[in-house]
Amino acid sequence: MWRHGIQSNRDFIEKLIWNLTDMTWIEGRFEENVITTTMEDAMNWGQQSSIWPMTFGLACCAIEMMATGASKYDIDRFGAGAFRATPRQADLMIVAGTVTFKMASRVRRLYEQMADPKYVIAMGACTVGGGPYFKHGYHVVKGVDLVVPVDVYVPGCPPRPEALLEGLMRIQDKIKARKVTKGEQKLPVPHHSGYSALNV
Amino acid sequence: MDIQEIHSLLLEKFGDSAVGQAPVEATDSWIQVSRDSIVEVGAFLRDNERLRFDHLNDLCGCDYLEPNEKKAAKFGHDPHVEVVYQLSSIELKHRLKLKVVLPRWKNDEEGRLPEVPSVSGVWGIADWHEREAFDLVGIHFQDHPNLRRILCPEDWEGHALRKDYDFPLEYHGVRGR
Repeated sequence: MWRHGIQSNRDFIEKLIWNLTDMTWIEGRFEENVITTTMEDAMNWGQQSSIWPMTFGLACCAIEMMATGASKYDIDRFGAGAFRATPRQADLMIVAGTVTFKMASRVRRLYEQMADPKYVIAMGACTVGGGPYFKHGYHVVKGVDLVVPVDVYVPGCPPRPEALLEGLMRIQDKIKARKVTKGEQKLPVPHHSGYSALNV
Repeated sequence: MDIQEIHSLLLEKFGDSAVGQAPVEATDSWIQVSRDSIVEVGAFLRDNERLRFDHLNDLCGCDYLEPNEKKAAKFGHDPHVEVVYQLSSIELKHRLKLKVVLPRWKNDEEGRLPEVPSVSGVWGIADWHEREAFDLVGIHFQDHPNLRRILCPEDWEGHALRKDYDFPLEYHGVRGR
């Protein structure tokens, strides 16, 4: 999926040249400490750097989510450490744990109470597709994507904190690729492809 | 006090119509009690000064059924449900297990839950345990103060830990399987 962004080396160079010619005529024409960028980049950068997740632990994955928030893994490095206790202040719902049918309506309601733009991470095997309860769990929703639209799936049982951080970075990529103005929506470029600084 | 002594004490008090056999060959033996006398037996076990079963550790329902026809021949039990009472005496430091055997459906009409008198008047904790057994195994406890589902949603259909339970195809618009 990521390959569509930059297909080949030549493509990369073309886009680099395009980027430079587009932007550099204005670079260096001002005094020091003046940075030029686009409105879109600035907005997306601001939003991707302050994703506030909702406090939303349903089962054992929540323990791993807490570890992600704690000092060793420190999700606050990504500006996503402000876990909000209300959906109205949250941008991201990390569905961490088994979603039961009884909980499904609550998950849906909380999702609808969140303000746009909102993102959902399905964390762990249970939320991705029912997990160990797929066959014999009479009470388990077979994947939270049957209830709310999911942006990023993080598999694992439970996923390690690194995996959740990876999922968070995918959300950041998705925000970064968003178009505020007119124009074609670009597929998000993964942050670690080596081209991410280019912002094509 | 061991189970043989308790058994003979109960036989003496209630007679063999109320108290069944205590299988001695089982490593963890139990006493079978008839459906109608469970409350009296419970109160006796709690109040008798030689027994003092003041604590109900657990109460659970158990469904004996093999839905797979090929395996049913080797199953070794007639289809029935049981209510199991795990008792212990904190004061005298001994334990006891009681069982009440019920039909799977009342009068063998499918959908009518088997009934057993509630022991929540004897041990207060039985209230929630009986709600759980009602919710998941489908046993109706007579004279229970608040017999509602405790784990599943209120509008859930069926009793999920029955061996012949069918998963719902959907629940409130969410696909079930």
